[in-house]
Amino acid sequence: MPTRILIPTPLRVYTGKQDVVEAEGGTVGELLANMTETYADLRKHLYDDDGKLRSFVAIYLNDDDIRFLEKEATPVKAGDTVSIIPSVAGGGAP
Amino acid sequence: MTATAAAPPALSNAEVARYSRHLIMPEVGMDGQLKLKAASVLCIGAGGLGSPAALYLAAAGVGRLGIVDFDVVDYSNLHRQVIHGTPDVGRPKLDSARDRLSAINPEVRVETHEVALSSGNALDLLGGYDVVVDGTDNFPTRYLVNDACVLLGKPNAYGSIFRFEGQASVFAAPGGPCYRCLYPEPPPPGLVPSCAEGGVLGILPGVVGTIQATEAVKLIMGVGEPLVGRFLIYDALRMRFRDLKLRRDPDCPVCGDRPTVTELIDYEQFCGVTPTAGGSDGGAGEGTAPAGDVATVEQLKAQLDRSDDVFILDVREPQEHRICAIPGSTLIPLGDLPARLHELEGRGEMIVHCKSGARSARAVKLLREAGFAGAKNLRGGILRWIDAIDPSLPKY
Repeated sequence: MPTRILIPTPLRVYTGKQDVVEAEGGTVGELLANMTETYADLRKHLYDDDGKLRSFVAIYLNDDDIRFLEKEATPVKAGDTVSIIPSVAGGGAP
Repeated sequence: MTATAAAPPALSNAEVARYSRHLIMPEVGMDGQLKLKAASVLCIGAGGLGSPAALYLAAAGVGRLGIVDFDVVDYSNLHRQVIHGTPDVGRPKLDSARDRLSAINPEVRVETHEVALSSGNALDLLGGYDVVVDGTDNFPTRYLVNDACVLLGKPNAYGSIFRFEGQASVFAAPGGPCYRCLYPEPPPPGLVPSCAEGGVLGILPGVVGTIQATEAVKLIMGVGEPLVGRFLIYDALRMRFRDLKLRRDPDCPVCGDRPTVTELIDYEQFCGVTPTAGGSDGGAGEGTAPAGDVATVEQLKAQLDRSDDVFILDVREPQEHRICAIPGSTLIPLGDLPARLHELEGRGEMIVHCKSGARSARAVKLLREAGFAGAKNLRGGILRWIDAIDPSLPKY
């Protein structure tokens, strides 16, 4: 069963403007890998050149940061939602 | 929050009348209002977030309200920076903010700081206040404010906005996480668009800045559950709030168990921003391009006047193209360019432009790598075109 992945506004340009995409996978890492197969342009925004998740993008499984769970090996069950939470600096000043 | 040996300040009859709707609530009452009066808050930035935050903090009766800013009011600020009005365009934001805050509540001591916050002045400046409200607009200042708050032990009511989405939290509260626990490192310049590039719903900072003010007031009065250890995400389009858990990272370089950052650092360098690339159109830009890759607006005008067959590629978004465009230009937004390169096959010289030159520099790099050797970046973008060639077009 596919899992819902919520795409934040700054990254929707890489998912054909969709704010929710679905991907298959038993762990968060598998899900993200499958998602970036479909949306290849997302890859460089989520992973660095060594294939590590970037430190300015947080990945949440439901309400929890996966870095405090089992990172990319965190298992996903039916009904879970994964969210990509990017750092945004804007204060509306300029 | 500042405990002094002297008797706590009392409220005048005029203040009792002003704050009566606070005073009759048990959660605020006389004690809470006196705490507000004795407290000080520093708003960093008098922009989209700082405007509503400062307005409500002044109205609520915070005794001393500091504002850090060094900008002047521009027409493009007015759709969201509600502390400033149309007659204020061209005035320093601090002057305009001071007038407005004093008009709302003359009991508040407004302190203006016309400086760019830096590693050299941040500890002195923030150290003079009880709570910090971070409403800045760039990553170097975000990390600077975070680190200074952790080092000083000052809570930071944080807010950030992009288009229709807002984020808020309270960082650096005792025992709670800091901004670096969530984002240990900033994105490289240009990867995340700014509000100037991406736009923002004018009302969004009203919601987020008001949340920051709410958190500041709660922290001062010691009531309720502050946004410590929680990250609030607000989606205005779907009208949905989400509340994510944040944890203090024991390995955090600033607030962790063995901190490695024990004094303020060079945040421009930390964020990969070179001091010369300060443009609001996404950072690293035309300055890095070899001379042969660049065209000036004067050269383009001369080519058009000679009726040269010149192909002008606009890589902005369609909504920007609708505001103003160079006559005869072809629109392919930067994000669509990789998939639409075939439309450019056989083109020789191509003048590529965006708003001010940063996105088009990325487009030229991409085009040259794809074999389009004639691609040139129009220096300064359509803004310079309007300034130097066609002032009849509107600027945005």
